[in-house]
Formats: sequence, structure tokens, C-alpha cells
Amino acid sequence: MPLENKPKKPTPSIKQNHGPHQAPAARKSNYDEVALGFSLEEAVTEAARCLNCKTRPCEKACPVNIKIPEFVDLVYREDIQGAASKIFETSLFPAICGRVCPQETYCEDACVMKEKFGPVSVGRLERFVADYVRKNNLTTLPECAPSTGFKVACVGSGPTSLAVAAELRKKGHEVAVFEALHEFGGVLSYGIPTFRLPREVVKAEVENLRKMGVKLFKNVLVGKTLTVEELKRDFDAVYIGSGAGLPSPMNCAGEDLVGVYSSNEFLTRINLMQAYKFPAADTPYYIGKKVIVVGGGNTAMDSARCAMRLKPESVTVLYRRTRAEMPARGEEVENAMEEGIRFDFLTAPVELEGDGQGRLKRVKCIRMELGEPDASGRRKPVPMKGSEFYMEADSLVVAIGSSPNPIIQQTTPGLAVNKWNCITADAAGKTSLEGVYAGGDVVRGGATVLLAMKDGKAAAQAMHQYLLSKTKIAR
Amino acid sequence: MNKNIYSTDDLYRIVVKEDLSPAISKHVIRAPLIANKAKAGHFVILRAREGGERIPVTLVNWDAKKGTITLIIQSLGKSTTEINAMKAGESFMDVAGPLGTPVEIKKYGAVLGVGGGVGIAELYPIARAFKEAGNKIISILGARSKDLLILEDDMRRISDSVIVTTDDGSAGIKGLVTDAMKTLYDKGEKIDAIFSIGPIIMMKFVAETSRPHKTPTFASLNPVMLDGTGMCGGCRVEVGGKPKFACVDGPMFDAHQTNFDLLSKRTAAYREHEKLSLDEYAKTHECKIGLH
Repeated sequence: MPLENKPKKPTPSIKQNHGPHQAPAARKSNYDEVALGFSLEEAVTEAARCLNCKTRPCEKACPVNIKIPEFVDLVYREDIQGAASKIFETSLFPAICGRVCPQETYCEDACVMKEKFGPVSVGRLERFVADYVRKNNLTTLPECAPSTGFKVACVGSGPTSLAVAAELRKKGHEVAVFEALHEFGGVLSYGIPTFRLPREVVKAEVENLRKMGVKLFKNVLVGKTLTVEELKRDFDAVYIGSGAGLPSPMNCAGEDLVGVYSSNEFLTRINLMQAYKFPAADTPYYIGKKVIVVGGGNTAMDSARCAMRLKPESVTVLYRRTRAEMPARGEEVENAMEEGIRFDFLTAPVELEGDGQGRLKRVKCIRMELGEPDASGRRKPVPMKGSEFYMEADSLVVAIGSSPNPIIQQTTPGLAVNKWNCITADAAGKTSLEGVYAGGDVVRGGATVLLAMKDGKAAAQAMHQYLLSKTKIAR
Repeated sequence: MNKNIYSTDDLYRIVVKEDLSPAISKHVIRAPLIANKAKAGHFVILRAREGGERIPVTLVNWDAKKGTITLIIQSLGKSTTEINAMKAGESFMDVAGPLGTPVEIKKYGAVLGVGGGVGIAELYPIARAFKEAGNKIISILGARSKDLLILEDDMRRISDSVIVTTDDGSAGIKGLVTDAMKTLYDKGEKIDAIFSIGPIIMMKFVAETSRPHKTPTFASLNPVMLDGTGMCGGCRVEVGGKPKFACVDGPMFDAHQTNFDLLSKRTAAYREHEKLSLDEYAKTHECKIGLH
């Protein structure tokens, strides 16, 4: 049923549509999605802007190689099911990626229309396609190759393991995924808030893997419940995608006060345990009236925006550099500012003080100035002598980074790691142990969902070749 | 592949349920992967149902052949009350483990086990492991009163001697576990190591009682825990002036090095929430155990 009066393709001059959003005043008191999806008409109109470049710069820039020109064209032709199948050829997670991928640094940055008209909103289109087929029960999953008889274990169920599981299952291998927590998705479940990534989206895309025959085991902490050595015994290859789940502390006095959270704890309470529903959900949270969040990355933005939705008097982000150096996505910083979150740049906490009963009362801070560039290429913040001042706070969330949880490294003899406890792996995910591959944050130390998926896809190719080579020897 | 341990049939089902006292119940649960790996000092994280809290509980027993684990739980708040209301045949939503670092079992000579309240259940597998390793076991079991004293017979079976203390004198000696400890020291009893599990205040005073004698003393710490996998740091405790995660570095730590006052303050973080939760629950459920 073609839409009437749809624009001719290509019409690049149509204004780029970033999609509708929940208004800041409304969204800061709910956990519903901030970015709302395109309607069919909006999607088709946005798709009409695509020039269908022969050089395919968008696809080349995509970490998971989505066939962007084709799927966008199928959207234009209103074959949404066809568009979904086209995306599924290279990625089984368009509803997740369409929401959390920083497209402005990949496909949309590469779009030839970026300077003159604004890029095609590829991310919004990807999300539209995924949501449309899911809501209309039009999902047709890719066929899996006949069984190879090989078994693969994936450790963790975050984005990198999910990518490995999808790729290897499609090639006919038997895949089992082991998750330590009670929900699948890793950081997609415990970390990223529902207002950026609704849980039914994660559940649906994980469920697609199950429908393809991937076996999913929850409550299995590899290193404790099962060891990598046991997995090596029971499976033909192992992929470690256990993430970077160990929070980095600030190492300043008073960090043990009640009210001081790691971002992992705060986000896990709110997102995984749904503490924002307390007492309807059983897990509580404590934030009080004044909340401080320390850090400048996406996790800090997620923490601050989750806190804002719990209706405190104020939420203030302390960042030791300036806005220009913030690692967080620009869109997330803007969202946070729109929601009324305050930012104190060039500021760092030096000491946390209690109320005498073991609860946080105030934070001693110091102002910084930017000095010479450091190893990251950013100008290093330098404390300004005598600039100390106090801020009242009932709670404080430390969101200054994380490193890999050491349990697997400690319980797997012969597995090489670097000085940050990251597993050593080559570009194809190969580790120091035969048949054991790794990728995502457990190798990178703390990166993005999309780089984790990219690692998973690369490792899956290498693991497939490895398994085939085993056949040859066996024969 | 040992298919059996990967089987999800009847996973987390309560095979046997037994009430040991009005507020303390024993659950035997099907969890083959956990039973296969369990050691003395390990714990699990339980979740009764969708929306439920993650509750850490120390393993009391396990049977790798049958694929079962045994837990003993005291009704303290909403979640534990709800868990203890579950019946044989029902299933937990989630059981994760075995978690934590098991106790290092070695030959000390004479090991004193001090258990307070439901802590006696957690002491049992540790005392048993030390007994099997050839140690002499002296056990001090403390409870508020006789009807709250659990596992006395089991502890007698694995101990060379047992001293019972109750607050009201309804069983054993009227007094505290530390009174019994002092008596042992006064008699010149040889004690080479002490393992204490119970309320924070009890473990603190066990440590203070043994400190002048320089007896190596360990306590099983019970901070507020969330994931139990080393991910959130909510369970951080201070041991020897350094932060430790009870869920991965513990829960058993050097009691003489432990900051019990900090532990006490941190475990009180959600006391008001816990009360609200239990009050809301009580409005809709008949309370069988007299918590209200």
C-alpha cells in the first residue's frame, strides 16, 4: 500500500529528520524512551533523501558493515520486512544498535550529504525498521547452515558475545551463552537506562537468538560456576566477552560513606533491579535531595539522568575538564542539560565528608585548569592551589571508568593479560590459549557497544576458520 | 560433555523444605552446577521471583551427585520472609553461585568455631571441613533462646566439644558466646584458629576477646550485596585499612583487621527502606512468625 505523494528519491534537500523526542519537562519524571521512533511516512521521507552513492561511504564506516544503501532503499520502497532482512544479513541487533550506536561518528559522519544538507538519519531508520517488524510480527530470521557438530561457548551475554553467538549460529555451530546475572544483555541490561534502550528491545533481540537455536544460560559466573578450562573441555571453542565490570574508585577519603555509589552499583540498582519502582520492586535506592555525579562519559550522563528521574532537588555533574573534552556523546550531554542537570566543569572532588553517622554530607572540591596535553591528547587538568570549596551532597555516583572483572583472568591458567588486567588478544580475538578468543571491553578495557559488536564479528570469522581447520585434522 | 550439569530440568526447584524454628527454614534446592563446585565458605545469590531482590545466602550443604544445595534462611525482611513462605515443589527464579572465596582449609590443630543465631548454619560446613582435615573442633553455639538454637545435633556430630550459650539461659549457659570463649582461655584450652559467623556485634567482640591471645581469628562479613560478582562494589568492607569486596575477596576475612564499625554503618544504609518494604508486605500477608 504505497504512501501517497511520497517525495522522489533522491531529494537530498528535504530537511534531515532527527525524529521526535519526549519533551524534557515530561521525560525527566519517567523512564520511558526519550527518542521516539519515526512513523512509516517519516521513515520513507527520510529514506528519500539518500543519494544511493556507489562508493557506499556509510557502509564502509559501519562497525558491523550494515548494507545501508540497500536497506534505506527498501525503506523508501516501503518493503520494511525486506529492509529488516537486509540488515539481518550482517547484524541481528538493529533495534539495539539503532538506539545506542553513535551514528554521528560512523555512517552519518561519512554520509556525503553531511556538510550541505545534513546526513541521512541512518540510525533512526535502522531503529524504525527493527521496531516496525517486531511490532507487526514480520521478523524473518536468517536461516542457519546445517549443523557442523561443533560447539561454542560464549562467556557473558553483552553485545560482543551476542554478536559472536549470532554469527556462529548462522554458520551451523551449536552455541551456548553463559551470563552471570539473571538477565541477558550485559551492559545493555544493567548499565544503559531504559529511557535510552527499553528492556523489551533487548529481550526481543536476545529472544531472536534463542529462536535460532542459541542456548542461553543465566546465573553462570564463569570462573566460579564453571571455569574456562571446563568450557574448553566441553566445547570446541570459547569466546570471552565478559566486559569491563570492575568499577574504578576515586581513591579519596570518605568513599565508604553511605550514599556513595559506583556507577555500576547505582545503574544496576535502577536498571537491572528496577529500584526506581521501590517498594513495588524490592531493591531500594538512596539518593536524598542533592546528588553529585563525578565523570564526563556516557556512564556519567546515564547516572545523572537516572538520578534526575528519582526527583531529587538537584543533580550536579562534576567533570575535571571542560565540555569540549567530555567523552560522552554530544546528544546525551544535551539531553542531560535539557533535563535540568547542572554541570560544574574544571572541578574535581578531593574528599568526601560524613554526617558523623556514616552518611555522606558534603564534598570538598577543587577547581582545575587545563595544562599541557597528556597521553590521551587532551589537555591535562591541573588543580588550582587554594581553590578548594564545599558542596552539600546526600549522594554521589562515581562514574570515572571501569576495568575488566579479574575473576576469569585469575582462574584461567595461561591466559595472557596486560597490566590493566585486560585479556591480550589480536585483531581477530585470538588469545594466548588455543581455541579461546576474546573481545569487547574485556580486551579493550572500556569502549562502546558497537566496538564490542565489531570485535565479536571479527572473532566469529576467526573462530569459524579455526573450527573448520579442526575438521580437516579430524578427517 | 557432562550433560547432566548443564541440564536445566527442575532447575532451582525446592526439593525439601523444613522449618527449623518459627523464623528459620531449611531449603534443599536443585542447582547441579553449584553443587558441583561448592566448597565451605561459598555463598549463592537467590532471587525468589520476578522483581525480587538478590539475596546472598551462605551454602550450608551440597550434594554433587544429587545436584542439590542446602540453604538455611532466617526471615528478617520482606524478601527472606517471602522466601521462607515458599514450599517444596516451588522454584526460585534465580540461584547464582557458588560465589566468594572459599575458606582455606588446613591443619591448624584446634579450631574454635563460634556461631551466633543463623550463623550456626553457615559455620557448619566450615567446621565440618576443618574436622575432615584432621583438626580438633570446639564449637560455641549462641542463640537468643532455646527455640532459636539450630543445628545443635549436626554440630555435635562434627565437633569434639560443644558449648551452647543463650541470652535467657533456656539452653546451655546463660550468657554470650564471648563468655564461653573467656572460660576456654581461662582454662588454658589450646586454640589455634577461630572462625566466627553471626551478628556483626558478636563477631566484633569475638575478635576483641581473641586479640590479646593473638589467636588467628576470622569473621564472615555480611555487607549489603547487589550482584555478588565483583561488579558494583556495594559490599566493600575495610580490612587492614584497605577496601575489599566481600563478594569476591571474602566473605571470610581476618577479624582482627576488620573495621566492624564501618560494616555496621554500611549495613544500616537501607534500614528504613527494609522496614517500609516489610510493612507493605505485612499489610497483604498474614504474619506467621510474629514479626509484627
